[in-house]
Amino acid sequence: MANSTTHQHKSNTKRIWNVFIILSVVTIFEVFLGIIRPEFLTDTHILSMKLLNWIFIILTLYKAYYIAWAFMHLEGESKGLRRAVVWTAIFLISFLMFILLTEGNYIHGVFNTNNIAWDF
Amino acid sequence: MEATVTKNATEGKTWGGGNEPLKASYGKLMMWFFILSDALTFSGFLAAYGFSRFRFVDSWPIADEVFNHFPFLHGVDAPMYYVAFMTFILIFSSVTMVLAVDAGHHMKKGKVTFYLFLTIVGGLIFVGSQAWEWKNFIQGEYGAVTTNGGNILQFVDQEGERVALSDIALFQASERAQHTRNKGLWFTEEASLPTYTLDEVKAGFLANNSLLIRTQSLNENGEKTILSREESKQKLEREAFGIVEGANLKHNEYGVPLFADFFFFITGFHGFHVFSGVILNIIIFFNVIMGTYERRGSYEMVEKVGLYWHFVDLVWVFIFTFFYLV
Repeated sequence: MANSTTHQHKSNTKRIWNVFIILSVVTIFEVFLGIIRPEFLTDTHILSMKLLNWIFIILTLYKAYYIAWAFMHLEGESKGLRRAVVWTAIFLISFLMFILLTEGNYIHGVFNTNNIAWDF
Repeated sequence: MEATVTKNATEGKTWGGGNEPLKASYGKLMMWFFILSDALTFSGFLAAYGFSRFRFVDSWPIADEVFNHFPFLHGVDAPMYYVAFMTFILIFSSVTMVLAVDAGHHMKKGKVTFYLFLTIVGGLIFVGSQAWEWKNFIQGEYGAVTTNGGNILQFVDQEGERVALSDIALFQASERAQHTRNKGLWFTEEASLPTYTLDEVKAGFLANNSLLIRTQSLNENGEKTILSREESKQKLEREAFGIVEGANLKHNEYGVPLFADFFFFITGFHGFHVFSGVILNIIIFFNVIMGTYERRGSYEMVEKVGLYWHFVDLVWVFIFTFFYLV
């Protein structure tokens, strides 16, 4: 067997179903929040973003963690492989997000406060 | 056999080849390479989407108002229920996939077959649901008027409920017919004409005093601005340019054109991934039935395709958040 040296193949069906329950509960919670949109969450702003949106993003990362660790079995891989995959993605994506969102915000400012007319 | 299952024939010799420093086979490592690069592609798309959203932060369409259809519930406002259902289908097919991989580790052919079958069915339901979403999105529900500046004007009644163009337009005789190749110059044609002309909508709007115009700009509460009757009349008279029903890549009735562009591109690209995932699943499904992996002595191929399938699920979790929730 290819990886018989690296993994013990004990059945982890129980863990799989647990993760499924976690993912389902989080999704239901997200949809619930998305439909009622409680006012105290939409009115509070942290770092110029609604608290509600922060909650959505954090829950998404939480789900992503479970999918990657349990389903894609990163928890069973060697440390080197895990870090090569996870840190590469995290650094590049946060950099890209930071640059593009900042610039998008800047361009929004240019079009709305300066003398550039675009809506005739 | 040697292509997928490496054997440590040169154990103990660091540079002798056949060494696995990351303790994963060649195939699995390559799948991780692919997944990582694909993840960066998707984040490029989502970052571009975020860029445009921040640029149009005060006029972006509200997802709850756009994606509010549910099968057999016509005219009922059901925001997000259907996407939530799609998300469940995909998560569940991920679960059956990981169960198939688990069964593969124990060389249980029957179980692998059964779980792979469920995964394929889940994938097909998801792709079908996405097609249905696209159909609703492209068809549109209410229709809107475009302005000279490329903005969208929607119609509402006094309570702020949306009113469809079909309830507004007053029929007027019009000579205008769609220009097709067989009616004029053989080498020119135009896209199909909207159901109603701008003049019909204008006349209908003036005749019904309860109608108001809703612009695409958001107020402090994150709701679309509704103009007074006087302002509405002026706006329509001065700026109205054309009619738009549904969505295409040039314009859409929901608001900023980029909204539809990104929707088509990102969910389309993801749907294409799901589709190819289903194809891969079907291929290994038949391989399992034929006993290919049984003879190979390893179900690692199921694991590798499984990685791809979970990745598709992972991407959907992000698309779900940034298109439908945030």
